[in-house]
Amino acid sequence: MLKLSALMASVCALTAASSVLAADNKELNIYNWSDYIYPEAVSEFEQKTGIKVNYDVYDSNEVLEAKLMTGSSGYDLVIPTGAFLERQIQAGIYTTIDSSKLSNYGNLDSTLLEKVARHDANNAHSVPWAWGTIGLGYNVEMIKARLGDMPADTLDLIFDPKISAKLQDCGIGILDSPAEVMSIALNYAGLDPNSESKSDLGKAEALMKANRDNYRYFHSSQYISDLANGEICVALGYNGDILQSQSRAEEAGQGVEVTYAIPKEGTLVWFDLMAIPADAPHKDAAYQFINFVLEPKTAAGISNYVYYAVPNTAAEPLLNEDVIGNPGIYPSAEVKAKLFTQQAHSAKFDRILNRAWSNVKTGR
Amino acid sequence: MSQANGYTAAHSRLQRVLHKLPLKRINWGRQLVISMPFVWLAVFFFVPFLVVFKISLSETAIAIPPYTALIELEDALLNIKLNLGNYLFLWEDSFYLEAYLSSIRIAGVSTLLALIIGFPMAYLIARSESRTRTILLALVILPFWTSFLLRVYAWVGLLKKNGLVNDILINLGIVSEPIQMLQTDFAVYIGIVYTYLPFMILPLYTALEKMDMSLLEAAEDLGCRPFQSFFLVTIPLAMPGILAGCTLVFIPAVGEYVIPALLGGSDTLMIGRVLWDEFSLNRDWPMASAVATVMLVVLVLPIMLLRNRKEAE
Repeated sequence: MLKLSALMASVCALTAASSVLAADNKELNIYNWSDYIYPEAVSEFEQKTGIKVNYDVYDSNEVLEAKLMTGSSGYDLVIPTGAFLERQIQAGIYTTIDSSKLSNYGNLDSTLLEKVARHDANNAHSVPWAWGTIGLGYNVEMIKARLGDMPADTLDLIFDPKISAKLQDCGIGILDSPAEVMSIALNYAGLDPNSESKSDLGKAEALMKANRDNYRYFHSSQYISDLANGEICVALGYNGDILQSQSRAEEAGQGVEVTYAIPKEGTLVWFDLMAIPADAPHKDAAYQFINFVLEPKTAAGISNYVYYAVPNTAAEPLLNEDVIGNPGIYPSAEVKAKLFTQQAHSAKFDRILNRAWSNVKTGR
Repeated sequence: MSQANGYTAAHSRLQRVLHKLPLKRINWGRQLVISMPFVWLAVFFFVPFLVVFKISLSETAIAIPPYTALIELEDALLNIKLNLGNYLFLWEDSFYLEAYLSSIRIAGVSTLLALIIGFPMAYLIARSESRTRTILLALVILPFWTSFLLRVYAWVGLLKKNGLVNDILINLGIVSEPIQMLQTDFAVYIGIVYTYLPFMILPLYTALEKMDMSLLEAAEDLGCRPFQSFFLVTIPLAMPGILAGCTLVFIPAVGEYVIPALLGGSDTLMIGRVLWDEFSLNRDWPMASAVATVMLVVLVLPIMLLRNRKEAE
């Protein structure tokens, strides 16, 4: 084993040496969420700076973290979600951000930066990319047929067993994300969404279990197409994904109408944050890209295309009417006040949380 | 003269000594060829397994890599920390045992189904004319030309609520409402049997094709009815193929992750999925490694014992 690790160390040293060599080249390795930027953005940046961009995508924070935690990922810029970034900062894998290198830093929405600081003290390691909420996507017609004129902007749809039972036949999809969904359940039950108490967790688990038989599945992306073609009628999911599903349903023209609602009980707000790994070979190029994203034109382009909100005040005049005017993307101040963030948990609590989640999922 | 005598004596003594040395030429080429599979196994199976086993004895940490080191040198003091907690946890929490048992059940039923479907197919192929045989065999192998993942996705399209199967059933008037097939154990069985059927057919075909047909004639001459000769002659002769096919289907099916993840419901409990959740969702590498180690021991040991017994026979 000792010999083996020596061998592995030398291989790592070799790759590190080669990336140091590559640092002179004008290159940038970005690892971002899939479908999270407008298609022309990267080539615009390349033309402007002459830096060649290698743009890879992932579809879950877990995949990103697995790569980052093995070390020497080779990426210069990654975009994890707040609670994940919080943990990763503890592991010391990010370099601190020098905001004086970013001439467009002043475009950022300062009230949102304050909220982000709950994940990243003083915004020292990150610059926000976009933000959004977790809420309810539903099929207007199917819900009306089963619930009548009851307003659908409530978590009763998925957490009140009497109501969820009525929706069981048309299908309820729940995000497969233990920490996020449990914090929404805790908040619904009137408890602290970031509680690490076992008895609180037990109450949230019981709440989920009481409704479990009425859920079709737990999945983090399947609801996008399922909502659009009427396979399911309610999903607890990310706002941008549900709005994407809405436009897909419109395009398909099958008469399916999907709507997104931020539940009146309040829900979770998340931030995806740009961060530079400490071992990034092209840090300067990464700074240039962050600055490019903070330009009002780029930020507005992203928001108009991906249907997520950007925390960029200067970009707001450039946003399309159906984006800035959509309360599902840019909610009113009153709704914003009810949003909470989900903080990273201790490793010990993570384990019991995940066990509770497995029990809910498998219906044990 | 005496000097010359002494010289010859020394020479002959040297020769005697040389003869005793084992200077037989070793055939290095042959040794290399023989050792290749072992080198392969050592590099790509044993060493990775040791790495996994090592991680299973550590604790999670928020660091790179996300687990603690086993051996630490602190002020010239060598600390070796072995954490057996993961294995204890595996044992204490019935969740894992249920997952193992459920995987074995699903894999077992799928293997049986694959055998029932695969045997007649292999039989037909082995008994057909040599030209049709080539075509039939090519058809069995053909699905491998497309990615496994795409083929499983194709089943999503077939089985979903407004998918092809439900459409046909409704149009034929067999059912009035679409049936929920996707996200059930039923879909998992279909997926596993479909994916692994070629692994059942091919060894069965090899065994059946070698069979001497005159044995069946002899059985008939001795008064066996067709079904009797099938059970008394064909099945025993096909046994090596049946065993090989079942092993080839059962083992990958137990650890299957993709099929239950895409076709199964949230309550389809399989160890491959549990392992993935531990690794990525819970970010608990040591626990995931412990699950993997136990899976390997639980699966590989009985199969190796079976192999040894078969060879001894």
